[in-house]
Amino acid sequence: MNKLILGRFFPGESILHQMDPRAKLLAGVYFILVLFVANNWQSYGLLWIFTLVVMYLSGVKFSVYIRGVRPLIWLILFTVTLQILFTSGGKIYLDVGPITVSNFGIISGIYIFCRFVMIIFISTVVTLTTKPIDLTDGINALLKPLKRLKIPVDEISLMLSISLRFIPNLLDETQKVMDAQRARGTEFGEGNLLRQMKTLVPIFLPLFASSLNRAEDMANGMETRGYQSGEKRSTFRQLAWKRKDTLCIGTMIILTFGLIVLRTGGFIH
Amino acid sequence: MTARVVEVSNLVFGYDKRDKEQTLTDINFSVNKGEWVAVIGHNGSGKSTLAKLLVGLLEMDDGSISIAGINLNDNTKWEVRRHIGLVFQNPENQFVGTTVQDDVAFGLENINMPYEEMNNRVEEALKMVDLSELRFHDPSRLSGGQKQRVALAGILALRPSVLVLDEALVMLDPGSRRELLLTLKQLNKSSDMTIISITHDMDEAAEADRILLLEAGRLVDSGKPSDVFSKHQQLEPPFSEALRRMLKRQKNTVPDTYMTEEELVNWLCKSHLKM
Repeated sequence: MNKLILGRFFPGESILHQMDPRAKLLAGVYFILVLFVANNWQSYGLLWIFTLVVMYLSGVKFSVYIRGVRPLIWLILFTVTLQILFTSGGKIYLDVGPITVSNFGIISGIYIFCRFVMIIFISTVVTLTTKPIDLTDGINALLKPLKRLKIPVDEISLMLSISLRFIPNLLDETQKVMDAQRARGTEFGEGNLLRQMKTLVPIFLPLFASSLNRAEDMANGMETRGYQSGEKRSTFRQLAWKRKDTLCIGTMIILTFGLIVLRTGGFIH
Repeated sequence: MTARVVEVSNLVFGYDKRDKEQTLTDINFSVNKGEWVAVIGHNGSGKSTLAKLLVGLLEMDDGSISIAGINLNDNTKWEVRRHIGLVFQNPENQFVGTTVQDDVAFGLENINMPYEEMNNRVEEALKMVDLSELRFHDPSRLSGGQKQRVALAGILALRPSVLVLDEALVMLDPGSRRELLLTLKQLNKSSDMTIISITHDMDEAAEADRILLLEAGRLVDSGKPSDVFSKHQQLEPPFSEALRRMLKRQKNTVPDTYMTEEELVNWLCKSHLKM
């Protein structure tokens, strides 16, 4: 559980920490889209420079980002391998039945690897530098237009923020239940898979029961404080768009132009 | 005569409609503005049910409840909740916000209050419970007493005229319980807030202006703590009364009537009691 970097927040004072969550989210999503403009080593080089500078600005150690990539590395390598094995064209090094290893394949494999890693790096930057609650506020603000389509945006973001707020409680509780079971002689992580799964049942049942109780308390508490879904609510946490945020969007536009200039027509050169 | 802020008449409620036994039967009482009323009774006597009925979390089977002149029903319950606040026993499960101030603001957000006013109200409420310094902290990481303060501030920010405490002080250590009780006393005196405290802590009940005694879903007695505790000897008495009864058994000169803590201290000082 503690190994998962994606989705974690690292407190800090960097320029990225001070930015508006909306700007970060927009820039993050935009970066993923603009990635696909790049098609040669020059444009990929520019993207790498951008990514590394952003990572440096976050003030978080590089090793943390590497740890963020680690859980996904097999998925990435699998995709890259497929790309290498099934792309033909250019100089062919190996040709066995449907499998061909060509220089086109190798190059596009490398590009796909770069894309994956950069997407992970940039989205990790966003989550590492933004408090979960700010992130939900940002998502809420950006999804506002969907309200016209009768999508309950406020409710969804409140649900998100309440779930986030209960994660530490649930982890604490899991620990407590596990300790209680240990005190009764249960050994976790022992024996074959079936036995290990069996030891989880007495953890999940009390957890479910207490979650339901919590939910009821929560609902009662919210109702007595006047919460009505669908009713217009004001917000206490205010988002402030600052110069930094405009600057960030500006940087994204410059990056786009840079990529368009550097990219070459055609497929791969 | 002072205004009646809470009026309950012929209140009947049962959880299981098939059951003949009701959780609450024919409850009648009223509370005046600025009064501190303690509701006591054994487990299962219907105390917490009464609290939930007062704020409209449960729907009564029969009878009527009126809060600040508004008759409570399904249509008016949202309006009623702007006048009556309920603090639960376990504050932990009610935190919505990830910081103290966010949580306090939740109730204000719900009534769509503009940001500026909300900010003032949050500050004011935090000051009342003496938590201004912890406003950016995560409420779930605070101590039990502080958590209950946050929950209280969340209600106080809405400025209710009636505050219902459902065993709100039970889980606290004696120190923070005394402190919080003092804060509440001040609020009760200074801003004329009506407090209905549901408790089984007899020392807390002894501090109230009036006690409502519930037994098996019926309102058995209502009166000043001194009357209730002298009349119902089966109740576990508050500390001063327990001490008086103990002394009485030892020596006959001890007065026969109920004494508050202050009275008992005065008497003890004057009596030069020798055991």
